Amino acid sequence: MPETIDILNALALFANFVAIPALAYGSQLALGALGVTLIFGILRFAYFAHGDLMAFGTMLAVLTTWGLQGAGIGIAPLPTALLALPVAILGAVALSLAADRAVFRFYRARRAKPVIFVMASVGVMFLFNGLVRLIIGPNDQRFADGARFVFTARDFKEWSGLAEGVALRQSQALTVVVAALVVAALFWFLQRTRTGKAMRAYSDNEDLALLSGVDPDRVVRVTWIIAAALATIAGVLYGLDKSFKPFTYFQLLLPIFAAAIVGGIGQPIGAIVGGYLVAFSEITLTYAYRKFFAYLVPAWEPDGLLQILSTDYKFAVSFIILVVVLLVRPTGIFKGRVL
Amino acid sequence: MAGNGLGRGLAAFGAMAALLIAVGYAQSWSVSLAMLNLCLISAIMALGLNIQWGYAGLFNAGVMGFVALGGLAAVLVSEPFRPEAWRAGGAGLGAAAASALAAAALIAAIRRRMRPGLARGALTAILAMGGYALARHFFDPAVEAIEAIDPSSAGNIGGLGLPIILSWPVGGLFAAAAAWLVGKIALGLRSDYLAIATLGISEIIIAIIKNEDWLARGVKNVSGLSRPVPYELELQQSAWFVAKAQSWGLDPAEASGLAVKAMYAGLFAAVLLAILWLAERALRSPWGRMMRAIRDNEHAAAAMGKDVTARHLQVFVLGSAVIGMAGAMLTTLDGQFTPGTYNPLRYTFLIWVMVIVGGSGNNWGAVLGGFLIWFVWVQAEPAGLMLAETVGALLPEGSPLAQALSEGAPHMRMIFMGLILLLVLRFAPRGILPEKIRR
Repeated sequence: MPETIDILNALALFANFVAIPALAYGSQLALGALGVTLIFGILRFAYFAHGDLMAFGTMLAVLTTWGLQGAGIGIAPLPTALLALPVAILGAVALSLAADRAVFRFYRARRAKPVIFVMASVGVMFLFNGLVRLIIGPNDQRFADGARFVFTARDFKEWSGLAEGVALRQSQALTVVVAALVVAALFWFLQRTRTGKAMRAYSDNEDLALLSGVDPDRVVRVTWIIAAALATIAGVLYGLDKSFKPFTYFQLLLPIFAAAIVGGIGQPIGAIVGGYLVAFSEITLTYAYRKFFAYLVPAWEPDGLLQILSTDYKFAVSFIILVVVLLVRPTGIFKGRVL
Repeated sequence: MAGNGLGRGLAAFGAMAALLIAVGYAQSWSVSLAMLNLCLISAIMALGLNIQWGYAGLFNAGVMGFVALGGLAAVLVSEPFRPEAWRAGGAGLGAAAASALAAAALIAAIRRRMRPGLARGALTAILAMGGYALARHFFDPAVEAIEAIDPSSAGNIGGLGLPIILSWPVGGLFAAAAAWLVGKIALGLRSDYLAIATLGISEIIIAIIKNEDWLARGVKNVSGLSRPVPYELELQQSAWFVAKAQSWGLDPAEASGLAVKAMYAGLFAAVLLAILWLAERALRSPWGRMMRAIRDNEHAAAAMGKDVTARHLQVFVLGSAVIGMAGAMLTTLDGQFTPGTYNPLRYTFLIWVMVIVGGSGNNWGAVLGGFLIWFVWVQAEPAGLMLAETVGALLPEGSPLAQALSEGAPHMRMIFMGLILLLVLRFAPRGILPEKIRR
């Protein structure tokens, strides 16, 4: 039997390398998936440009951050990017509304098939992608500043006396706090306000909502505003946590879709659960458990890393989740629409 | 094509030929022929996608994955056989495959016998995990052994040592197998699901090819693949060829380059024409009429007793096979397999632009789209650079805007492609050569 201290060490190890990163990553995915699921609920198509919209919003935040840093304005110990966030959201909202007016409104008026919308969103994706690369370039950008840690591994070791440290980076804490605030605000909005109720009614039954006097243009407009704001916040948090690279944001599309579908597409609560589910699966399946089990089963000396999947295959995790959901329960956990 | 459509088609293809000839005069014939070769391959990819989208309205967002599988086939068919690698790890790989298959068979049997419920779910999960662990137990040491052999130049299982041209149909088979798997899962649900699932499978295929070094060396690339046509040097050493080149007034070195490219073009054109002929035959057959009926009204077709999901699966597999074949041809032309260069914008969404612009549902349109959009894609970069330089010349010396413009020029083509796609989709949704409705 392992001793108590070893069990605690194993738990600390798990918290540091699995639970905390997955909580932060899951919050970022949840915010992204909320946008996708809202767009699907109201506009009824899978929005392929969402990853690049995230990239666009984040790019604006990065540029504004650099400007503020240059001017010596900051809110240390918090990252300057938080100050830049409103500007970035405004920019992303403006771009989304412009894209809707120039592209999607036309197909909505003609009641085109969903697949045509998806195709148009691919065109929009190209545009956003080109725009981001044109303005900021395809390379990695770091824009995080302020304090790096809430507490470091060494702080934790000294405090607890354990051999394994747990570090909490500021970006991770910030992600979870901001995501919780944003989600609370969003649910209050959807449940309590007139516009929010109109949106839910419209998503549930378009014709009935129209008969009840819901203004469809307003509902669509508000949807784009919320989706763009969520995408920007998700993108900035992801960028602070890791780094900003346009292509990585495009690739986030797959886990985000997986999160939205596994939770039940069109269901906001499903998007959040889906986000955490995808993030936890991705990280628990790609973590090397060798050291973890060394604490729990001291007598056993495995010769491998005890890693279920190499980290290069994290996309595969999203995909496997997607496939299992499609096979077992196509409506997702919270009974969303079947796409 | 008949009547008005024929005139339009001839005019469009004539204009395309004129563009390529203009490049030959303005830049060089070598550039023009290189462009023609990629135009031909792009046209085959667009044909494959058109079979899926134009015939059946299926949204395949994973073209890149099928192209890469074709490329993998080129490596696995043409690279020399490496007996030492198989001696080191062949048994392990075999045992890993056998245990994975056995677990899959067991799971399938259990799922057929037992009633749905918690017990069945739990047993499935346990068997899946056990099978995976067993397969990894054999797989990991085998991979390590294979990758340890001569890692700087090989470290992989090699190939079959067969002529590379055989990899074209094999690439089609690989892609068809992957398509069958995805289609089996995602077809029958709404169209967006197939799009998301194919997007996923293509990313995974690329991840596997990049990271499994034992298979085709991963990002270490395989270069110097064998060729279906002679090497330039061989031509230059052949007295017959040198005499022929001189009689045409060409330098033998330059002529050999042109001849090789022309031979590739001949091979690719033959494949393109064969597929085009088959695709047109299929479209005019009762099968083609059924496919259009399903596309235009699924419910009515289902009511007439057509198995919509099965037909969708069939057409999805067929289209993907054509794309996989084109992928093998592309790797053959490059002479190297570089997994790091597969990018969804270039290999998936660009092909989409080709089909939409050319005319979805019309095979000739897809071919034209393949030619035209490849041409624009290649020429957009120098054109963007030229534009940036022209604007830059008007700006003061060393202006940051001018510098940003010339750096950003390569990205202009993304914006350009997005605009083309959106404009065509909105103002000419049937493309340059619209589908002809035959009655």
